[in-house]
Amino acid sequence: MVPIVFVIAAVVAVVFAIITVAHSSPVINVLSLVVVFFAMAAIFALLGMDFLAAVQIIVYSGAILVLFLFVIMLLNIRSVERLGSGRRVQALLGTVVAVGVGAVPLIAISLLTPATGAVYPGALETGTVVPIGRALLTTHLFAFEFITLLLVAAIVGAVYLARREPR
Amino acid sequence: MWVEVLVIGIKLAAVLAALLTTVPIMVWVERRASALMQDRLGPNRVGPFGLFEPVVDAVKLITKEDLIPSNVSRFLYLLAPAMALTVALSTFIAVPFGDGSDLELFGHPVRGFIVAPDLNIGILYIFAISSLAVYATVLAGWSSNNKYSMLGGIRASAQTISYELAMTISVVGVLMASGSLHLHQVVESQAGTWLGVLPRWHVCTQILGALTFVVAAFAETNRVPFDLPEAEAELVSGYMTEYSSMKYAAFFMGEYVHMTVSSALIVTMFFGGWTLPWIDLPFSGWLGGLLSIAIFVAKVAFFLFFFVWVRWTLPRFRFDQLMALGWKVMVPLAVLNFLWVGIAMAAGIL
Repeated sequence: MVPIVFVIAAVVAVVFAIITVAHSSPVINVLSLVVVFFAMAAIFALLGMDFLAAVQIIVYSGAILVLFLFVIMLLNIRSVERLGSGRRVQALLGTVVAVGVGAVPLIAISLLTPATGAVYPGALETGTVVPIGRALLTTHLFAFEFITLLLVAAIVGAVYLARREPR
Repeated sequence: MWVEVLVIGIKLAAVLAALLTTVPIMVWVERRASALMQDRLGPNRVGPFGLFEPVVDAVKLITKEDLIPSNVSRFLYLLAPAMALTVALSTFIAVPFGDGSDLELFGHPVRGFIVAPDLNIGILYIFAISSLAVYATVLAGWSSNNKYSMLGGIRASAQTISYELAMTISVVGVLMASGSLHLHQVVESQAGTWLGVLPRWHVCTQILGALTFVVAAFAETNRVPFDLPEAEAELVSGYMTEYSSMKYAAFFMGEYVHMTVSSALIVTMFFGGWTLPWIDLPFSGWLGGLLSIAIFVAKVAFFLFFFVWVRWTLPRFRFDQLMALGWKVMVPLAVLNFLWVGIAMAAGIL
């Protein structure tokens, strides 16, 4: 059961990731990205990370990508022009290098690290909300607080950029 | 294994039937109640009190010519109404609609009147799925290739993001006070009394959170006074302008199902689910289980009527007022509620 669901989710994620970058309509790109996030949420759920799966959908699909769509619609972009003016050899070489740079470290990591249980113990019975909350406020408290600082800085920056010029 | 699947299947069928039956009933209630409030008669020709009017409406919508305008983005145009209905229907599986934790069916425990009793993240699941509802609106607006539809879609996306924030923060208080994401436990934490007098419902213990949540629920369902995405006075019919026949009906049903789910959430999280104030009923056995469902349905029915009541009482907001209310009133109120719950829990009065 679990391998079947994983394979379906993985195939869906890869196919729609390709559509996300390849299709010429920005709206289709964003929608494909929504499907990718869904497939990733399914993989998280399979690993027992139910909280992460839900947050993935709420934050990315529910908020950030809606904002993307909002901007695309506001600017009324119907289609984007393709990059690269017919340089086939360079495009091919670029693809090979990109796949290599991405895939080699992944394969290396998966071969070098011993296969530990990816599923959090007891996750399926109790859920992962309590352990994640505990970890954030004890072990990783400094990083957690530091991220809040970063977010405040980002908000202040956004307000500064968006303010009207004084007359 | 198969008995388990059967039990879940029965629950699913019951929930689906109930949700879809609510739609014609609510259409009738909406039309009759609006007539009552405006001193008109309302639909009263077909059947007693016009009760069969929704049936006739449904026949009309099904048999109507199904137009697809020639300039639409066909795939997205067809996807949007299907999505509106699917998203609205699939949120309800994490909502407990009765107690029934000690019942058995075909020798298998029912495990509470909730379709998915194992979903630990209950409320997060509901938010995850219902946050997708806006895609249906936005896609309908964009794919219709019509300026009114487009404006409706843009408004919907801005409105949803703004109010979702307040809604989520207001729910955090409830989750803190009940210590669980599972809605069954959220309901159980609201039994008994608070400070000796008041019922322990979250509407009493955190009134600001309840207020924010109800207002945000109105905004999320696109109902008056927050129906800017379809504002018929300015945008023809907003994102639904180019839709006809059953595709229009799908949006319509989606809105009413969404209303039902929102009412159920308001009842579950702030108005004690199936518990009654001051009366401690034992919800054991099938009779007790059915009683708990009846109490829950009665409360949901009240909030459904509340939706109708507000719609025919308040005028629509202007868009800047809507945004100002969302960001400058609702979000601070929700944060205030969050602070209050934290302080009250630390002081031991909650």
